[in-house]
Amino acid sequence: MDKEIAGVIMRISGPVVYAKGLVNAKIYEVVRVGYEGLIGEIISLREDVGIIQVYEETTGLRPGDPVYLTGGPLSVELGPGIIGQIYDGIQRPLPDIRSKIGDFIRRGVVSPALPRNKKWHFVPLVKVGEKVSGGDIIGKVEETPLIEHRIMVPPGLKGIVTDVSREGDYTVEDPVVTLNSEGKEISLNMIQRWPVRVPRPFVEKLSPDEPLLTGQRIIDTLFPVAKGGTATIPGGFGTGKTVTQHQLAKWAHANVVVYVGCGERGNEMTEVLETFPKLKDPRTNRPLMERTILIANVSNMPVAAREASIYTGVTIAEYFRDMGYDVALMADSTSRWAEALREISGRLEEMPGEEGFPPYLGRRLSEFYERAGKVITLGKERRIGSVTIIGAVSPPGGDFSEPVVQSTLRLVKVFWALDKSLAERRHFPAINWLTSYSLYVDVLKDWYVKTVAEDWPELIKEVMSILQKEDELKEIVKIVGPDALPESDREILEVARMIREDFLTQHAYHPVDSYCPIEKSYLMLKAILQFHKGAKAKLIEGVPLTKIMALPIKDEIARMKIIPPSEFKNVYEHIINELKIQFSSLKGER
Amino acid sequence: MQEKISTVKRGIRYRTVSQISGPLLIVKGVKSAAYGEIVKIEGPDGEIRTGQVLETGFGYAVIQVFEGTRGLDTRNTTVTFTGETMKFPVSMELLGRIFNGRGEPIDKKPPPLAVDELDVNGAPINPSAREYPKEFIQTGISAIDGMNTLSRGQKLPLFTESGLPHNILAAQIARQATIPGKEEEFVIVFAAMGIGMEDALFFREEFERTGALSRLVMFLNLAEDPAIERIITPRLALTTAEYLAFQQDLHVLVIMTDMLNYGEALREISAAREEVPGRRGYPGYLYTDLATNYERCGRIVGKKGSITLMPIVTMPGGDVTHPVVDLTGYITEGQIYLDRNLHRKGIYPPINVLPSLSRLMKEATRYTREDHQSLSDQLYYCYAEGVELRGLVAVVGEEALTERDRKYLEFADAFERNFIAQGVYENRSLETTLTIGWNLLSTYIPESDWKRIDPKIIEKYCPKYRKFELE
Ligand SMILES: Nc1ncnc2c1ncn2[C@@H]1O[C@H](COP(=O)(O)OP(=O)(O)OP(=O)(O)O)[C@@H](O)[C@H]1O
Ligand SMILES: [Mg+2]
Repeated sequence: MDKEIAGVIMRISGPVVYAKGLVNAKIYEVVRVGYEGLIGEIISLREDVGIIQVYEETTGLRPGDPVYLTGGPLSVELGPGIIGQIYDGIQRPLPDIRSKIGDFIRRGVVSPALPRNKKWHFVPLVKVGEKVSGGDIIGKVEETPLIEHRIMVPPGLKGIVTDVSREGDYTVEDPVVTLNSEGKEISLNMIQRWPVRVPRPFVEKLSPDEPLLTGQRIIDTLFPVAKGGTATIPGGFGTGKTVTQHQLAKWAHANVVVYVGCGERGNEMTEVLETFPKLKDPRTNRPLMERTILIANVSNMPVAAREASIYTGVTIAEYFRDMGYDVALMADSTSRWAEALREISGRLEEMPGEEGFPPYLGRRLSEFYERAGKVITLGKERRIGSVTIIGAVSPPGGDFSEPVVQSTLRLVKVFWALDKSLAERRHFPAINWLTSYSLYVDVLKDWYVKTVAEDWPELIKEVMSILQKEDELKEIVKIVGPDALPESDREILEVARMIREDFLTQHAYHPVDSYCPIEKSYLMLKAILQFHKGAKAKLIEGVPLTKIMALPIKDEIARMKIIPPSEFKNVYEHIINELKIQFSSLKGER
Repeated sequence: MQEKISTVKRGIRYRTVSQISGPLLIVKGVKSAAYGEIVKIEGPDGEIRTGQVLETGFGYAVIQVFEGTRGLDTRNTTVTFTGETMKFPVSMELLGRIFNGRGEPIDKKPPPLAVDELDVNGAPINPSAREYPKEFIQTGISAIDGMNTLSRGQKLPLFTESGLPHNILAAQIARQATIPGKEEEFVIVFAAMGIGMEDALFFREEFERTGALSRLVMFLNLAEDPAIERIITPRLALTTAEYLAFQQDLHVLVIMTDMLNYGEALREISAAREEVPGRRGYPGYLYTDLATNYERCGRIVGKKGSITLMPIVTMPGGDVTHPVVDLTGYITEGQIYLDRNLHRKGIYPPINVLPSLSRLMKEATRYTREDHQSLSDQLYYCYAEGVELRGLVAVVGEEALTERDRKYLEFADAFERNFIAQGVYENRSLETTLTIGWNLLSTYIPESDWKRIDPKIIEKYCPKYRKFELE
C-alpha cells in the first residue's frame, strides 16, 4: 500500500463507512480502508464524500483513519487455477488464507486468486502475423482432465500477433502472446481481469432450446430448466433447497458448475468440499470437483462481501461460457444476498421499500438473472456457450408472498415450489407438482421428442392430468371419505400415489437413486402408465381394484428407482412383460 | 501503527452526553471513537456501566449501554473510551464458575486467573477449515438418538412453548450426552438470557447433584437483569466455548436459553436507533446476527475439540413463523419440537418427531449401526401414518377403518408411550432404543409393510430373527 492517502474516514456504521477528501475517486472504485487496508468499494459519491461498503469486519476503525484508492473497480482474476477452488465473496482463496493465517478468518489478508507459482502446460493456438480480437482463442491449457481452459484475448482488445511463446510450462503471469495493437505492443499472459458488476460481452443471445438435464426426475420430466435459462427454488427452512442445489451441482449436464454459498452454513460448504472430490461425474467418470468452483461467503462472514459474492460467481460463470461451455450457477440463498442489500441500504438511510428492502431490489435481481443466457460468444469461431442460473430463496415464515420471492418470480422462467407439508411427510424433493411450473416446456418439446421419445409430450400430459385429478379427488375424499368414490376414481388415486412415491420422490443420498438419466425416467413413467392402462381395462372387465393393487408387479415398479441405469432396460422389459402376464391372469367377477 | 495516529486520548472522560434514548447514549465532542470500542460510563449515582460504540463519526459516538440507561443524565454522566474492543479473559479456571450476563463472577469467588483475553465477537471459521460433523452423540433419549440423531459439532435447537419441560430436557441431555465407546465427558457452557431465577437455579442444582459442576461454566442474565446485556451473554458463552474446544481440546456443549429474549434485546436497540425494521419490528440483520453466533460452533480439521450447540427458543403462542424461531431454523442443522399435546398426554419428553429433524443424521448413522437409519425411517413412516389416521378417525369414526388402519393407530399410541416416553433419569443406550423400535414394529405392523428396511437388515437385526445377542 504505497499509495497516497486519498481520504479520511468521517463516520462508521457497521459495514458502511463515510469518507471525505476523495477527489480523484470513481464510483465503484475499490479502496483500502484504515491502517489495516480493509477492502471496500465506493458505492456512492457526492463531491468528495464517498460512501464505502467494506468487505471486512470494521470493528476498530476510527474517524480520521486513512482511505486509499486502488484505481480500479471490484474485479475477479480469470485464468487457469480457478477450477476446484473455494473463494470468499471477493475471490480470496480460502485454503490459501487458511495456510497463511490459520483456521479463523482475520481481516486485512490478501492472497492472489490464481496461484502464481503453479506452471501450466500452455499450447499456443495462434501464429505470428495472425489478426486477433476479443474472444479469440490464443492458446489452451488442460486445467483439469475435464476442462480445457481456453486462453482468450480479453474483450475489447485487438491486434496482430507479433510473438507467441512455444508450447511449454508457464505460470499465469508469464507472457505467452504479444500483440501489436494500433502501434502499441501488448503482452498477454494467462490472466484476465474483469469487473464483477459488468456483464461480459457476447455477440448475440440465443433462445434456449435444450434442457439442462439434472438427473432429478421431477425436474427433468415435469419442470425442466433450459441451458441458459433461469430457475428459482423457494422454500421455508428444511424444505430441501440446499439438498436440491447440491444435487444439481453434482449431476447437472453442465461443463462447469459455479456454486455460490451466499450467507448460508459453513458446514454445507464443507460437505461439498468433502463429497465432490469423491463423487464421479456419471458421464465422464471423473471427480466432480474437476468442474466445480465454490464461492463461500457463509452467514457469519461480512455481509458486504456476501452482496458481492453472486457477482463474483456469475462473472466466473460468464468467463467459462465465453470459452464455449455450458455453465450452471447455483446461488444459495438469494434471500441472504437481498438481506445484505437491505442492511447496507438501511445504513445508508435510503428510503425503504417493502419489508425494509430497498426499492431497487427488483432491478438488482433482474440485472443478476439477466446474466444468464445461451449466447454466441465473442471470437472468430462464434462458439456457443450458456450460463444457467438457479437461485434459492428463503422466505421468512415460508411465505411466498414476500418481496424476494415475488420479485424473483417476475424474472425467472422456472419455479420449483418447495412445500413444507411434503417435506414433513419426507416426500423429497419436496417440489409441489401442482404449483410449480416451467415456462420452457414448450420450447424444449422438440428436443425431448427428438432425443428421448416421440410420445414424450403425451406422456407428460397424462402424468400431469393424473396428478391434477388426484388433487380434485382428494378434496372429495376429505368430505365424504374414500369409500364413496367409484372404483375408477380410486384407481386414479392409486396410480397417482405410484407416480408420487415410485417416481417423483428421489433419494438424494441413495447411490443409485441420486442420479436418474432421462432415458430411465422416461421408461419409469412408461411402466407406471402401462400399469394404469392395464388396471383401467381390468376394472371395466369387473376385476375389483383390491385385486389389481395386490399384483406383485407393483412392488417391482416401486423398486425401479434403485435399479442401476445400466440394468434398467432389461428390468423395464421384464416389467412390461410381467404386466401383460399378471393382468391377463386377472379374471372379471362379472 | 494505529496508536501513533489516533487522535482521541484514551482514558479521557467526556462529560458531553447530548442525548439519551432507550438503551443508547449519544456523546458529542468525541474526536474519533473506534467502531465497536468499549466505553465505561459513570452515572450521577457513581455506578460504572459498560457500553459499546455502535456508530462513530467526527465529533460524536452512539453508544449502547449494556446495563440500560436508567438513572443516567446528560449533565453529570461521564463516558471514558477504553481504546479496546470487548474482550473476555479465559483460562481453564473458568470451569466451575458462574458469571453474570456480562462476564463478571457472581459466585463470590475471586475473578479467575486469565491466560488470554479473547475478542468476544470471535472470527469466522474459514469454511475450508471446517470438518463435517459426523460423530454420534448419545443423549440417552430415544426420540433424539433414534429419530433425530445429534452429532458432535452440530447446532440443534429446541423449539418449545412456555410451560413445556424444555429445561428438564436440556438438563437431561447435558447430563447424559456422551460418545459411546469414548466416554469422554462434555463440558457444558450454559448461557441464560432473560430466564427466571428458578430456571437458572434448576440447572445449577441439577449439575451440582450429579457432581458435574466442575464441568460447567454458567453465564446468567436473568429476567430482572438488564435486557441489553443479553446482547453479550451468548458471545461470552461462545468465546468460552471456543477457548475450551479449540485451545484446550475439549468437547463443549453450549446450551443457550432463551434466544427469544436475545432477539428482543436486539429489537430494542434497533428501535432506539430508529432503524428501518424488517419483519415484525425485528431488525433486518437479525438473521446475520443470529448466524454469527450460531456458526461459531462446529469442528475444525486437525483439532480434537468441538462445539455442539443447543439453543432453546420459545415460540410465542406456538408460532413457528416468529422471526427468531424461523431464522433459527434457517441457520441450525435441524430442530427438535416440543409439543403441548404430547405434554398434556403426560408424555415426557414431549418431542414431536414428525416436524423434528436432524439434518446431520444421515452422516451420523453411517457410523452407528447398520439398521439405525432404515429402522428410523420405518418408524417415522408408521407413526406418521398412524397420526394421520387419528385425523381421519375424528371425521369418519373408528368403524370406517380397515384392520390395517387400526394397527397403525395402535402403533402410534404405543410408539408415544414406549419409545418417545421415558424417565427423566432414564439413560437409554442406542441399542436399547433400537430394540424398543424393533419390538414395536414387530408387535403392531405386519412385516410385509416394512418397506423402508432391507430384508437382509431385518433378518440380521430384528429381535424376532436374531439368533445371537448383539453386544
Ligand atoms: N432429495 C432429498 N433426499 C433426501 N433427503 C432430503 C432431500 N431433500 C431434502 N432432504 C432432507 O431435508 C433436509 C433439509 O434439506 P435442506 O438442507 O436442503 O433444506 P433447506 O431448504 O436448504 O433449508 P434451509 O433454508 O434451512 O437452509 C436435509 O437435511 C435432508 O434430511
Ligand atoms: Mg439450505
